[in-house]
Amino acid sequence: MLQIKNLHAGVEDKKILKGVNLEVKAGEIHAIMGPNGSGKSTLSAVISGNENFEVSQGSVTFLNEDILELDPEERAHKGVFLSFQYPVEIPGVSVTNFIKTAINETRKAKGLEDMPASEMLKLIKSKADLLEIDRKFLSRSLNEGFSGGEKKRNEIFQMAMLDPKLAILDETDSGLDIDALKIVANGVNKLKSKDNAVIIITHYQRLLDYIVPDFVHVLIDGKIVKSGAKELAYELEEKGYDWIKEELV
Amino acid sequence: MSLKSKLVSSYLAFDDHLDDNSPIHDIRKKAIDTFEEKGFPTKKEEDWKYTSLNAIINKDYSIASKGDKKIKYEKVREYFLHDIDSYKIVFIDGVFSSFLSETSHDGLDVCLLSSVLSKEKYKAIIEAYYNKIASKDSITSLNTAFAKEGAYINIPNNKEVDKPIEIINFSTGNETALMMQPRNLIIVGENAHVQIIERHQSLSNNAVFTNSVTEIFVEKRAYLDFYKIQNDKENASLIDNTFIHQEQDTNCNVHTFSLGGKITRNNLNFSQNGEHSDSTLKGVTILKDKQHVDHNTLVNHISPNCESHQDYKGLYADSSTGVFNGKVIVEKQAQKINAFQQNNNILIDDNATVNAKPQLEIFADDVKCSHGCTIGQFDEDALFYLRSRGIGLKEAQALLMYAFANTVLETVKIPELKRRINNLIAEKIGVNIGFDI
Repeated sequence: MLQIKNLHAGVEDKKILKGVNLEVKAGEIHAIMGPNGSGKSTLSAVISGNENFEVSQGSVTFLNEDILELDPEERAHKGVFLSFQYPVEIPGVSVTNFIKTAINETRKAKGLEDMPASEMLKLIKSKADLLEIDRKFLSRSLNEGFSGGEKKRNEIFQMAMLDPKLAILDETDSGLDIDALKIVANGVNKLKSKDNAVIIITHYQRLLDYIVPDFVHVLIDGKIVKSGAKELAYELEEKGYDWIKEELV
Repeated sequence: MSLKSKLVSSYLAFDDHLDDNSPIHDIRKKAIDTFEEKGFPTKKEEDWKYTSLNAIINKDYSIASKGDKKIKYEKVREYFLHDIDSYKIVFIDGVFSSFLSETSHDGLDVCLLSSVLSKEKYKAIIEAYYNKIASKDSITSLNTAFAKEGAYINIPNNKEVDKPIEIINFSTGNETALMMQPRNLIIVGENAHVQIIERHQSLSNNAVFTNSVTEIFVEKRAYLDFYKIQNDKENASLIDNTFIHQEQDTNCNVHTFSLGGKITRNNLNFSQNGEHSDSTLKGVTILKDKQHVDHNTLVNHISPNCESHQDYKGLYADSSTGVFNGKVIVEKQAQKINAFQQNNNILIDDNATVNAKPQLEIFADDVKCSHGCTIGQFDEDALFYLRSRGIGLKEAQALLMYAFANTVLETVKIPELKRRINNLIAEKIGVNIGFDI
């Protein structure tokens, strides 16, 4: 589904990704772990098309198509979804209006009519229930004054509504208490199927207790330096990253 | 001949038609003298530093229209709140159109200033209210000198007006260039409640210069909602001078939507003359091309325990320019005042300009005053966030613009008007997507 080859990217003169290789197949869950500043969020930003980052080398192929030249919205239309580490507050736009607009714009891009209002309402209700989101919450301004946990739950709600093929969860576990973490993980697990894939970006193995990855990758200094099965996450939790750095020397 | 000379010299002929015993004769005479002495304001004056009238006053205007122009209702239907019932006072090239109007003397006065100025029975009204709060500056004086027609609205005590009142000034383009000086007098009686919508609308691309003056008296415990729709054609310019006098326990809200026109200058003045008054001044400005809007607001807190809220949002594209000059005066005896002022602007293009100048003059010591002003571009992070959800760049920008303007739109209390303004804004932004805010 997703192939990343020798990806180099950065901001202005600063190189952040220095040759990332990664392949994600349909039905798989990948975890990318690594210390602060290793390039995890940059990787998710580049895949989803954030124009603040410049790609200097390499390729990102999604469903057999090079997506690096595509706008963020075009990537979204193809099924790429990023759950933001820091979701942006947008006063004046309600969660409901936002998600309606997102769904109908995506449908428009595919040549479909707007989703009928009744169908939309039903969908919103079922996905809100899945994530135990209060109906009142949906009429509030997008992310404005939301707690950390509410923001993350709202991200996964959007994911549930948009039903992406590839979901990248960027530090979705940060700022979540254990109850919210379970709700979010449960939501992601229910949305998971053999046809879609998930990339989880995290510092800690905590979330991986609930969303069990097929592969764990370690990103250090802009490169994936080690890959393994889910047990690698426990090892990292226990021993930190220094032993890997030492292995590299 | 300059416009000033033309106006001053034609005053004599204009004045000749008037009855010398009229109480307003002296008012007019003083006013033309003031204008003759001071002339049109120039950028040398602090209050006009960012707005030049040169591009307007260099034209050869007809200062009295031939006036018998008829308009078919279908042609101007879109400018009315046609989906709901309303009172209407309509002028075509400055002349009252009974055909398009729906006035009333039944339980309230919704009629013409010309009759008030000329009829004996209104003498007491003129003496009590006329030209009492209008400023004596040159531009207002110019209107006072030539004022003869406009809306006269008098809401008696305890009257809750059942439908909005629309004041619409059409110009047809019958003259190559037309100058109009409508004059409105509005009295909202004690405990009364009224909603008024004012619009100046050119129907051609010929030059129009409107210098409008509106005096509004709001008596104890009364409530006023006033909406100004400024979405005029490219050669239409407006100087809108509005003076609001509030007695105690009154609540007055003015929303100004500036979405078009060549040069628009809003002089919006509030004075609070009784305790527990509340004044709200809000505006959305969306400009493009070389359009210019100057919001010059003044809130004069004379009495203690009052509040004022100002919230002006501006979106400027192309080479458009905007000014926000917001002045708040808190007089010495006016303790316990809460005065808030907010002015936020987004420059959509590099050539757009905004000059923002908040001025607080506070002479009381127990007050809460704040002002905030921002000038910026679109929030790139917000744009990326929206786009990553499949919303295209243009639609994402539109959504942000709506959200930005929403703090002003949300307090529009006539649903039909709100829907109209939403549509106007969508049209300005150039999108048609189904979000309703």
